[in-house]
Order: sequence, then C-alpha cells, then structure tokens
Amino acid sequence: MIELIVFPLLKIVFILTGVLVAVMYMVLLERKVQAWIQVRLGPMRVGPHGLLQPVADVLKLFVKEDITPTRADKYVYTAAPIIVLVPALIAFAVIPFGSEVHLFGVEIPLYLTDINVGLLYIISVASLGVYGIILGGWSSNSKYPLLGSLRASAQLISYEVAVVMTLIVVVLLAGSLSMVGIVEAQLASGVWFGFVQPLALLIYVVGALAETNRAPFDMPEAEQELVAGFHTEYSGMRFALFFLAEYTNMIVVSSVAVTIFFGGWLRPFPNVAALGFLDLVPGFVWFVGKTFFVLYLFLWIRATFPRYRYDQLMRLGWKVLIPLAIANIVVTGAVKVLL
Amino acid sequence: MAAGSVESMATDATRPMFDTDELVINMGPQHPATHGVLRVVLKLDGETVVDADVVIGYLHRGIEKLSENRDWTQIILLTDRMDYVAAATNNLAYCETVEKLLSLEVPRRARYFRTILAELQRIASHLVWLGSHAMDIGAVTVFLYCLRERELVLDLFEEYCGARLTYNAMRVGGLPLDVPPGWDRRVLQFCDVLLEKMVEYETLLTQNRIWLERTRDVGVISGPAAVAIGLSGPLLRASGIPRDIRKDEPYAAYGEFTFDIPVGTRGDTYDRYLVRLEEFRQSVRIIRQAIEGLPEGPVIGKVPRLIKPPAGETYHANEAPKGELGFFIASDGKSTSPYRLRVRPPSFCNLQGLPQLVRGHLVADVIALIGTIDIVLGEVDR
Repeated sequence: MIELIVFPLLKIVFILTGVLVAVMYMVLLERKVQAWIQVRLGPMRVGPHGLLQPVADVLKLFVKEDITPTRADKYVYTAAPIIVLVPALIAFAVIPFGSEVHLFGVEIPLYLTDINVGLLYIISVASLGVYGIILGGWSSNSKYPLLGSLRASAQLISYEVAVVMTLIVVVLLAGSLSMVGIVEAQLASGVWFGFVQPLALLIYVVGALAETNRAPFDMPEAEQELVAGFHTEYSGMRFALFFLAEYTNMIVVSSVAVTIFFGGWLRPFPNVAALGFLDLVPGFVWFVGKTFFVLYLFLWIRATFPRYRYDQLMRLGWKVLIPLAIANIVVTGAVKVLL
Repeated sequence: MAAGSVESMATDATRPMFDTDELVINMGPQHPATHGVLRVVLKLDGETVVDADVVIGYLHRGIEKLSENRDWTQIILLTDRMDYVAAATNNLAYCETVEKLLSLEVPRRARYFRTILAELQRIASHLVWLGSHAMDIGAVTVFLYCLRERELVLDLFEEYCGARLTYNAMRVGGLPLDVPPGWDRRVLQFCDVLLEKMVEYETLLTQNRIWLERTRDVGVISGPAAVAIGLSGPLLRASGIPRDIRKDEPYAAYGEFTFDIPVGTRGDTYDRYLVRLEEFRQSVRIIRQAIEGLPEGPVIGKVPRLIKPPAGETYHANEAPKGELGFFIASDGKSTSPYRLRVRPPSFCNLQGLPQLVRGHLVADVIALIGTIDIVLGEVDR
C-alpha cells in the first residue's frame, strides 16, 4: 500500500517542486549568464545578487491582469498554455535522476517509474507540446501569433524527425528503450554513448535547441521579427505557463541528453577503476551537474549566435540533419550486425 | 485573416477552397525592430514579401519650418535633433553651409578639431548601427559590446562639451570650446581600444556561418540601381561605387589626410557590413593623423556678432555616417533667420530603397534590411 501509493505520490511532489524551482532559477541563471557574457551585471536588486528575482517574477506574473482578446477563441486560448506545459512536466516521470538510495532501510529508486519504453514515452509526450503552440497562435486570432505558431509547428515537427532518428541509434547501442536500461548499458559497455556516437550527440544537441525554440533556432518567438511569436497576446499567468514550459522543456532535453549520451548518474569514465574515488559523489549530484553543464551550453549558444532564418532552418533540418541521422542509423546498424 | 477568409469563402462559391490571399501585416510604428517609429506595411505571400510600403512621419517635428523662425545660431540646436546618434555631424554640415553662405574663413585648428569630432561621431554612429543590426539578426551580445565602446565616445564628447547625445558642439565660424587638456591623448587611447575590441565583433560575426547565411545575397542592389534610387554613404559604396564626399569634395580638413574608401563588390547586406567595419579603421586612421598634426591657433574665426548672410542660396553636403547629409539654405539678406532651410537627410533618401530591397525576401530579412540601411527616424521625419 505504502509502496504503491505514498512513495510515488511523494516522489511526484518532490519532482514537481524540484523542477519548478529549477525552472525559476534557470531563468535567473540565464539572465545572469547572459549578463556575464555581455559585460553586464544582470539582476542585482532583489536579494543578494538578484537571488530572489525569480520569486519577484512569479509574484508579478501572478498579479498581472489576465487578458483574453475579444475575438479570441476562449476555450482553446485557455487550454493552449496548459497543453504546452503538461507534457513538458510529465516527461520527468521516466527520467532517472540517480540509482537507488537506501533510506530508513527501504530501497528507493531515484526515478518515478522505469517503464520499458521510457524513451518512446518521452518522445511521444514531448511532441504533444506543439499542439499547444499551434492552438495558442491560432486561437489568439492575431497575425503575428499565427505566423509564429505556423513557424513553430513546421520547425518542431521537422526537427523531431531528426532527433528521433538519432535516438534510434542509441537504442541500437543500448538494446533497450528504458531510460534506466540505457544508463545501465553505458555502465556495462564502460563508456558514455556520447563518445561512441559523437555525430548522434551533435544532431541531438542541434535538434534539441530547435525543439525547445532556443537561439539560434528561436524563430517561433523571434522578438525582432514577430514581436513575441505565438504568445504575443498572452499575459499574466497564462504567459507564465508558456514561459515555464519553455524552460521545463530545456531541462527535459538536457536530462535526456545526459541520460542517453553522458551516462546519466554514472561518474566520468565508469570503466576506469582508478577513478573509483569519484563514486563517493552520489549519482544524483553527477546527474544534476551534467544537466547543468548541458543547460549552460544552451545559454552560451544563445549569447553567441545570431538567429537562423526560417527557410535556412528548414533546409538545415531536412537536407543536413535528417540525412545524416539516417546514414548514422544505417552505419551503426551495419557495424552492429557485422561485429 | 482567419475570420475574413472563412466568411468570404462561405459567401463566394467561385473561390477555391483554399484561399491564397496575400496577408497584409503592419510592422510598426510600435515594433521592436523598426528602429523607432517606422511603419512598414508588408504584403506577404506566406512568409515571402510581395511588396512593402514604408509609412513615415510619426516623428515629424517640422525642423525645417522651425528654422525659418530661429536665428542662425539657434538652428544648430535643432540640427542636433535630426540624426541624434550623430549630432556632431549634423552640426558640422549646418555650420559649414552657413559659413559657405557667409564666405567665412574657419581657422585651421577648428577644421582639424571638427574632423576629429566628425570621425568620432562616425565611429559612435556605426557602433549603434552594428549593434542594432546584429541584434535584429539575433546576436544580442554584439549589441552590448558595441554600446560599451560607444560609451567611450560619448565620454569623450562629454568631456569636450558637457553633453552626451545632443552636443550643440559647433558654432558658425568654428567651435565654442578649445580641445580640453589631455583630451587628444585620450582620443588616441580610445582608438587603440576600439581596434582591439573590433576583433571581438569580428570574431562573433564576420566568419560566423549563421551571420553569413543571413546577410550574403540578401538585399542585393547593383551600383547603377543604387544611384538611380539616390542611395548614398556606405550603401552606395557597398554596391561598388566609390563615392565619398570626404574625398570627392573635401570639407573640414579631410583634404589634408590620407585614407581609403572601402568599396564592396556584391552590394549585399554582408558587403555593407564589411564596408562599415572598414570605415571604423579608416576613421581611426583619420583621427590619428588629425591629432598628430593638430595645429595651434584659435578655434573660432572672426564671426560678426549678428549673423546675417547676404541674400543668396547654397547647398553644401557632408559625408555623414549614414550617407550624404546636405543642407540647402536660402537667405534673403534681411532677416536673422534663413528664408528657407532644406535638409537632404541620408536616412530618408536611403529608406526609399527599402521596398526595392525587400521584395522577394522573407519577413526575417525585412528586419535585417531595415538594419542594414541604418536609419534614424529623427532624421527621416525631421
């Protein structure tokens, strides 16, 4: 009874709070990192070095007036942010934050569940988010959001193809669709898949940037062109939901990248026994550290690159990434069969 | 669009099921990337621009008409408010036109000093251009780097005349103030800093694949076409026409310095970027020569207490950072204000090229192209 209901519920609460706090501070981190790169200070006023800025931001967003345009389709307009946020959050259900910990004599795995099609689950859930974006842009009944959401849907769908093709390679290597299984396969083979499959890693990172609408692929919300893209008409908490979803998605794709390419909770060089002292650091810390590194990479890229143009982005997706991903599958499959 | 086309589809049976109307989009006057209150009405076919209509006038303050009721010195103040990111250049162009009307001799030191100010202003203006252009294409970091260096130019201007944006830095016949002590040394220091920091911009942009893809072959305009529309400044030079008033009709002290005129080959946005980057270096070259050869003497010539040019009219043009900045002034010889003052602003004339540049490109390019033209609405509307 306890094992079936209480533990999972507690875990859900922990994960949700953890993710939401992480998202809040992700926003602050982004502003700080951007500021450092751009020789500024970033938020400094609220709390020491702006540490309470996320709290202030959330409070502000809560009390802001919630506007629905008169000609908007009210129900769809309300549903859209929820449709975007929920898939982003439930993807965390299968992400392994670490192996088991022993607490009060009970063995608790540091993941909500380990379904045998975990990776498939994440892919399918993550692709639902695009509906929210399309619906949000359409129901606003305004031109800029419409253009923004059209761009978004085209972009997300085409990059998803490349990303999924890349993940197939990992599945080929690991022989498992379970997230925990993939990490264990990396432990067994003694090397992170990122080193075995650098091309897949590259395609995944580029695709992930595009899928999370991050620079240099932030076309759907290119503020210089389309004002705020698909969420131009949104304000207050509904806007905040889009915002949360964007950063949650970033954390999701980073965690997935860490799990499948950087050995999840494993320490660096899991096969080198001489580095065994690194095992003193709990797996959870390794996982968070690696995820943070990937997220930092995202912020770094954003501060460095100009934005792609829509047609160039589609060209990159369909003419470069997808053929590369397919070639990668063929080569990896052939090698796997021959060896 | 959505509702409209659905309704018309219901009423008009002859229309095809999938409507292919052009989408009319209003970009501006409140838009983050139109550099002020510019309004561009875009006709879109999907994301391709079929036509663009530029609507201006939101910042019209009637500077030309106001000038008819101000005395000759007061007008300098008005010229500050035209191209407010390059106020000193406007001052210079206006003062020189009045001097031409008065046949006034300007002391050599003043002419040298004016050249230094004009070139510093060109650097400041180009920095704003580079920053905002890069930001429009998504490179926000470049924008902040550029403003960091522009700040140094503003500091230099502040040290000279106390103002940071609208300087009122020149007078008919010369300059109101002499070079502050040690200022020339700090200008040279700034030149070194700028050349050093330009490496940072170039690292971020010049060889950046995305930057190249966004600017190469975007908004191509041939030399003859550019002349036909009346483009001037870096836009014209990027199209391969080496027209630079500093060289062709030297004013201030430009005739005494050696510098090159960078010229583009393709006439696209990337060429315009390269031309302006090279102009930074040439400006530094001019400033260094001018500081080195800065003659002694007064900074203002013998100017009558009451400026009252003889009856007549004249046109005088300067190479402002954005292009040919000309003043046409008619004096009736009786009053203490011009009978008619007409400005040929580079931004306004260059903006005429926008519809031609954007046709056939995508929405994202419109932003890049507004940026590449380098407009200041204060000058477009006056």
